[in-house]
Amino acid sequence: MNDKQREVLLETKNLRVEFGNRKKKKFVAVDDVSFHIYKGETFGLVGESGSGKTTIGRAIMRINEVAGGEIFFKGQRISGKISKDLDRELTRKIQMIFQDPMASLNERAKVDYIVSEGLYNIKNYSSEEEREEKVCKALLDVGLLPEFADRFPHEFSGGQRQRIGIARTLVMEPEFIIADEPISALDVSIRAQVLNLLSELQKKKGLTYLFITHDLSVARFITDRIAVIRKGKIVELADTEKLFEHPYHPYTRALLSAIPLPDPIREKKKVLEVYDPRCHDYTNDPPKWVEIEPEHFVLANEKEVEEYRSRSRA
Amino acid sequence: MADKKKILSVKDLVVKFELRGRVLTAIREASLDLYEGESLAIVGESGSGKSVFTKTFMGLLDGNGWIDSGSIIYNGEDLAQYKTENDWIKIRGREIAMVFQEPMTSLNPLMTIGSQIEEAVILHRGLKGEEAKKLVIDILNDVGIAEPEKRYHQYPHEFSGGMRQRVVIAIAIACNPRILICDEPTTALDVTIQAQILQLLRSLKEKYNLTIIYITHDLGVVANVADRIAVMYAGDIIEIGTCEEIFYDPRHPYTWALLSSLPQLGVKGEKLHSIKGTPPNLFNEIRGDAFAPRNPRALKIDFVERPPYFSVSPTHKAKTWLLDPRAPKVEPPESIKKLRSQWRMSENE
Repeated sequence: MNDKQREVLLETKNLRVEFGNRKKKKFVAVDDVSFHIYKGETFGLVGESGSGKTTIGRAIMRINEVAGGEIFFKGQRISGKISKDLDRELTRKIQMIFQDPMASLNERAKVDYIVSEGLYNIKNYSSEEEREEKVCKALLDVGLLPEFADRFPHEFSGGQRQRIGIARTLVMEPEFIIADEPISALDVSIRAQVLNLLSELQKKKGLTYLFITHDLSVARFITDRIAVIRKGKIVELADTEKLFEHPYHPYTRALLSAIPLPDPIREKKKVLEVYDPRCHDYTNDPPKWVEIEPEHFVLANEKEVEEYRSRSRA
Repeated sequence: MADKKKILSVKDLVVKFELRGRVLTAIREASLDLYEGESLAIVGESGSGKSVFTKTFMGLLDGNGWIDSGSIIYNGEDLAQYKTENDWIKIRGREIAMVFQEPMTSLNPLMTIGSQIEEAVILHRGLKGEEAKKLVIDILNDVGIAEPEKRYHQYPHEFSGGMRQRVVIAIAIACNPRILICDEPTTALDVTIQAQILQLLRSLKEKYNLTIIYITHDLGVVANVADRIAVMYAGDIIEIGTCEEIFYDPRHPYTWALLSSLPQLGVKGEKLHSIKGTPPNLFNEIRGDAFAPRNPRALKIDFVERPPYFSVSPTHKAKTWLLDPRAPKVEPPESIKKLRSQWRMSENE
């Protein structure tokens, strides 16, 4: 595929998010993060807890304030101060699916209200019938029955609840969905159902996903490209298959080696790589964002780039 | 397995709970032999009864639950007959210990790490003062905590998730148990930490001569650590075999379904296999094979009569009518066939 012809839907440039307002307690959660997401693809953001992956998602959603850098959606800047109209438009076009379907649904509201809440907010329906129709369609889209609209969340299983979580994003007719660990709170057998649903919806509606996860085996299955993030910095970014075939950064390698294989003989022979950040010598030669292969980026200094290149030739 | 000594033997165990005036059968005549020095993984969905099953070994059932029938033989005694807390004190910790799931909630936030481990040492080993402290520091060292003297005086909030799980493991092994039950020991942890904790458990098993039971819902995790795997569904062990037999040659349709829903085995762009429907309601009486309503390959008899165990090999048996000699030949799904060929490849490597 020729990437130059592909439309960039979302782009972050040198994004920086800080927490704590006094200078003393300042904590940098996201540091100098740049990436772009093409229209129609699933972009994976993989990292461990505390790496800042959710913070990036929340910054795009405009929940977390941006301390530096910019975010663009369809070429339009959406970080910092924006007009009210654009804000309304973004609320509709960018939606989020949360991790824990047990905690993210209002226990005291009926499904009908939960799914329509976004509609009530931006009032893009002309009559009550139209709203009901939209809710009904969203429920059908995620494989739930329209009559479920009259029920409360506690009447549903974990997998069904996550479907409700997806339905309430779909009702807004979004273009871009941030899925923040949408399956990690679910049972293995239900994970498959939700993953299938997400890919099906993508095909049907031409959605673009930012898929945030700590589970590389899930990321490999569902994403087209992956960015690996550690302590607020992206250390490697590439096509999913390329990343799995030729991981360069030692942190990526450690993450990949930790994936459990459903193959006992190989799994027992496997050597676990452990990442030690002290293996980088960045005192004189700070790391840069290098395109080591076409469309494959890694955070490394010149010495390391040499090393990585010679390893890939070997 | 015949040469190995049975350390624990469960026979036809039935566990019931009373909930809002109705009786629920959580464990339906499950049997299991545990051999000394092995590590056994019990795998199943949430609600399959895997936690309840192992809780009966330690007398940790909730107040509304009871053992209805069956036996749990350990050291020549039937644990199913134990009634009072005094009976259980002899078993808990000293003989059978448990590592709980959430390291964030299973430690006391108001006590130092050292005193939490020391508590177990004092209670179960009768050590005191300096002696006890020395042992605690040794154990901290064994579970891979650096600078144990300093860490001894710290509180749980000063520890990361992985470190806390190491402390929980330290408490469990402090009493030198013979059997260690690990209930989802790594689900709350990051992948890299998960791999490290599993490695730690493996090395502790050697050092302390432990027999380990892992409880997990993730088949991917157990390939590394388990000698044998028991697959649990609706309160019964429906298939049990060595790790290799379960991964490369599974026989029960439920095991097929569990394995093929792993994203590691999925093909990109294609649908991942998913199990239709929901597990059966345990309030109702279950007829036939509990998995039949969700099984697209179910036979007629699956809805009528509960299958007994059919042996596949001396170490491998499954409760499915498909193994009956009269059954029609049913092909496993593609991804399972792929696993079989992988077996040969992996062995030749």
